[in-house]
Amino acid sequence: MGRIVLDQVSKSFGDVEVIPPLDLTIDDGEFTVFVGPSGCGKSTLLRLIAGLEDTTSGHIRIDGEDATNVPPAKRGLAMVFQSYALYPHMSVRKNIAFPMRMAKMSQEEQDKRIEAAAKALNLTDYLDRRPGQLSGGQRQRVAIGRAIVREPSAFLFDEPLSNLDAALRVGMRMEISELHKKLDTTMIYVTHDQVEAMTMADKIVVLQAGVIEQVGTPLELYRAPRNVFVAGFIGSPKMNLIEGAEAAKHDAHTIGIRPEHIDVSTTEGLWQGTVGVAEHLGSDTFIHIHGVPGCEPMTVRTDGEFGVKHGDTVYLTPNLAHLHRFDAEGLRLE
Amino acid sequence: MATQHSRSAARLMMAPAVILLLGWMLVPLTMTLFFSFKKYLPLRGDSVANGLEWVGFANYARFLSSSSFWPSVQATLIIVGGVLVITIVFGILLAILLDQPMWGQGVVRIMVIAPFFVMPTVSALVWKNMFMDPTNGILAHLWKAFGAEPVQWLSQASLPSLILIVSWQWLPFATLILLTAIQSLDSEQLEAAEMDGAPVLKRFWFIILPHLSRAITIVILIQTIFLLAIFAEIFVTTGGAFGTKTLSYLIFQRVLESQNVGLGSAGGVYAIILANILAVLLMRVVGKNLDA
Repeated sequence: MGRIVLDQVSKSFGDVEVIPPLDLTIDDGEFTVFVGPSGCGKSTLLRLIAGLEDTTSGHIRIDGEDATNVPPAKRGLAMVFQSYALYPHMSVRKNIAFPMRMAKMSQEEQDKRIEAAAKALNLTDYLDRRPGQLSGGQRQRVAIGRAIVREPSAFLFDEPLSNLDAALRVGMRMEISELHKKLDTTMIYVTHDQVEAMTMADKIVVLQAGVIEQVGTPLELYRAPRNVFVAGFIGSPKMNLIEGAEAAKHDAHTIGIRPEHIDVSTTEGLWQGTVGVAEHLGSDTFIHIHGVPGCEPMTVRTDGEFGVKHGDTVYLTPNLAHLHRFDAEGLRLE
Repeated sequence: MATQHSRSAARLMMAPAVILLLGWMLVPLTMTLFFSFKKYLPLRGDSVANGLEWVGFANYARFLSSSSFWPSVQATLIIVGGVLVITIVFGILLAILLDQPMWGQGVVRIMVIAPFFVMPTVSALVWKNMFMDPTNGILAHLWKAFGAEPVQWLSQASLPSLILIVSWQWLPFATLILLTAIQSLDSEQLEAAEMDGAPVLKRFWFIILPHLSRAITIVILIQTIFLLAIFAEIFVTTGGAFGTKTLSYLIFQRVLESQNVGLGSAGGVYAIILANILAVLLMRVVGKNLDA
């Protein structure tokens, strides 16, 4: 169980309203990712759900019961913090046991759950170490272990991977996704990294300045961004947004075309431009092209072997089936 | 970096400081040891110029067999222990209180530190005359206001009074060290503990107190060193009467009031031994918190 419903929830700090009233439903077993730029209120929203911040107005319902004024410990949620928040003076075993100890669980049950969690997270050999003696990835796993043993109705992750190096981050991403498949528990995950959001989520909630811009599956957001902000935020590299005369040709204020939906040719095409920087990733090459009217620079993706150098003239042809059109307010036109 | 040449140059340049420090420490220590084995009563005509009589361990035996010795050790330990308990317990509470966001925080924090700036002699006089005086003191008026007989603080409850005065002086020090320690606690740890189901008191016991252990150790070690040597407070208030004669006060009396330098020096050596015993004990009990 772990269905979380936010009903007109808002949050103000003093006179500053960081989250205007919003509605959101997170279904049982769903992996939901809150994504948005720094300061968009995604962490605040998570802390409201956790109970670490009080809502200014509105109601939070967990499994149908009003939890708005229920203290954090009684909500049945477990949280993994950005800094892991392990207790430095306790061994890994005691860290993991802490929530069970607070719940006055029997020693047998505690040992059983610690053993299971340690096995699942590859921590068996480290149970008697202190957090200070562990690597970043191991600390992360201890923090997850401490959350698992409570058997919560939902897990809350607050940017859990941002302190890890790139390689470890990819590994932990997989581990958390696998954990979700195995436990089948609701998870809410906050990140500013749209790659994490795209790869892990069942449902993505895109936030900007405390407002939900769009809710949907990763592919829905990719295929049909509801507005210019979501279009620019989801997808890597970013979608090219073109304004002016070129957009007017398609009866729109702004048109968007993703780098992977543009054909590049050295001989002919719709738009002409000169090659600026080319980023060679091996499998792909991202080329930044200058001189296309209304979009400076335009990014295109080609295969890794495409041989152009700085200053070459190239011709671009957008794939019109994947063209996104937006009106003057930035909303999507169908 | 550390070539033969730079190492010898470094030694040469450090030499004045090292020699000064050694002289500062070793000369008085050697003199104390020297006098402690001599009969040296200046009023009876003994002087270094005429040569002093070697008496072996007679001074040590006499100091130890004096009826004031064990009570003075006891008084010293009670004062040190009492002040430590009070300053640490109230220091932690005050530190938690001062860590809360409040209006006028900066001013309040400075005011809390203020007693530490008052000279021991002055604060002891203020306590003696303004608070604890049985006729004019504020406490006497308070007692009378409730129809009770005023307490003769410095004679009837001399040790507790003295502990109170010294604690008042040292509480700011403990509070300050503990406050900085509390401020360095990661708030996410407290939030994690809250999510894990720990109520306020358990958060204090399992998270805050262990986090403070190192700061508490430092407070205990530093305060013990200074508290073993408190003198002005006793001199000004009771003059060593009513069971407040500490070891350092006893030594003062032997040297200056009885004019027996040899006996006082022997007491000084005992004081050094007592301080070292305490230091070793403390390091064993609490010093492990300083590792890692």
